[in-house]
Amino acid sequence: MASPIIELAGVAKTFESRAGATEALRAISLAVEAGEFVSIIGPSGCGKSSLLRIVGDLVEPSSGTVRVNGKSARQARLDRDYGIVFQTPVLYDWRTVLQNVQLPLELAGRQRAEREQRPRALLRLVGLDEFARHYPWQLSGGMQQRVSIARALALNPSILLMDEPFGALDEMTRERLNQELLQVCAETAATVLFVTHSIAEAVFLSSRIVVMSPRPGSIERVVPVDLPRPRGDKTRAEPRFFELVTLVRECLREDRARASA
Amino acid sequence: MLVAIAVIWEGGKALFALPDYQLPHLHQIAADFLREGAGGELWLWIMTQNAAYTALESLIGFTLGGVTGLVLAVGFAHSRWLERGLSPYVVASQTVPILAIAPMVVVWLGTSWFSKAVIAAYLTFFPVTVNMSRGLRAVDPDALALMRALAASSRQILFKLRFPASLPYLFTALRVSATASVVGAIVGELPVGSRYGMGVVIINAAQYYNWRPANLWAAILVCAVIGIAFYHAVAAVERRVVSWSRTTASI
Repeated sequence: MASPIIELAGVAKTFESRAGATEALRAISLAVEAGEFVSIIGPSGCGKSSLLRIVGDLVEPSSGTVRVNGKSARQARLDRDYGIVFQTPVLYDWRTVLQNVQLPLELAGRQRAEREQRPRALLRLVGLDEFARHYPWQLSGGMQQRVSIARALALNPSILLMDEPFGALDEMTRERLNQELLQVCAETAATVLFVTHSIAEAVFLSSRIVVMSPRPGSIERVVPVDLPRPRGDKTRAEPRFFELVTLVRECLREDRARASA
Repeated sequence: MLVAIAVIWEGGKALFALPDYQLPHLHQIAADFLREGAGGELWLWIMTQNAAYTALESLIGFTLGGVTGLVLAVGFAHSRWLERGLSPYVVASQTVPILAIAPMVVVWLGTSWFSKAVIAAYLTFFPVTVNMSRGLRAVDPDALALMRALAASSRQILFKLRFPASLPYLFTALRVSATASVVGAIVGELPVGSRYGMGVVIINAAQYYNWRPANLWAAILVCAVIGIAFYHAVAAVERRVVSWSRTTASI
């Protein structure tokens, strides 16, 4: 078997502040294989966002090792191996939609032809080619987040890191974007690490769900999702879908019970 | 608006029975522009020439101060040490009254336009430094994280993120500086030895005030017009440059 795309071994994180030390993550070990869609779910404050940022080398782990694409997390970041989507769209106000998607190509010093063509293709992929010349504030929240997904795909990364990308959206928009995201993933064959606090979203999207315990966050359980692909509206109505949702919910509840005991 | 000002002006004058030497009639001020000066030229023409001279000094000072302020701000944003070392002096420079410094600058640099521009720059750079260094720092942490995730160099972060993100801050400062630079240029023209500019006109008009009060009022009016014109020029540039922002103020 090929080596995992993302590999965490004994990762821990303690934040130091004037108020004292906060242990956010404890002994996280996880391997994500190529093409997998792995969701991380857990109560708020369990350090799931920190975990994602550690993989992206945006936060340093206090201990443990992180390998991404067979390299150190830092080297993978410098090689621009991953695309990232944050909870908020983080679009630059002074750039049009198209220019925002061009940003990664610009920073990487890509050729002009690629800088022109690839963002247009990506905007088509997320259904926003008509809005290329608009400024971010002229778009709805859901549209902005689609732009930010297109931007994450600009350099055709093999890995996508997504930090609650649909958390701020209404349920209808979220379900539609979930569907679009699956299509994008199928087309790009990217490996995805996806942080969420929505159980239904995690079940719908993932090949595996990592359930985390409350602070200090550690891996409580890994739930494989055996729903067939391609998934669509029918998937949400299948009995197996509800079983898995219930299973994940129970895992989360056990956590909470143990934490309060 | 102008009508309201005229009504208040003339109404106040009538109500408090203010004599002409305290508050001349508006028509007297208007008439002063059409009076012939000592050289036989119309005051309108004399004022225009001097106003242009002052405006030019202000513009040069504004540019000089703007660039100085910008350089300082970028330096401060990049190095805490530089900020800690220099900012006390930057602040101190603004606590010294400009009226006290202006004559010294004129003595050092001569009575040419250059000394006036330097004084204008002295008043211009401070708002730019303060606002811009704040703007450069007030960048959304996730916007920075994105740059980091994309392995951007610190140069790219400065020019593609920090600088554009702080443009609204810069223009807020430039609006303040625009009017301050005009004040600086006029104050620079006050010391003895200057020959052109609205400062000189004001000094002369003040000397003959008892005799011809409308002249000073006319000079003040012209100064105000220069300041307002500068302000609106900056605002117009802002609307073009920061057109992406929803929050570009309309005032």
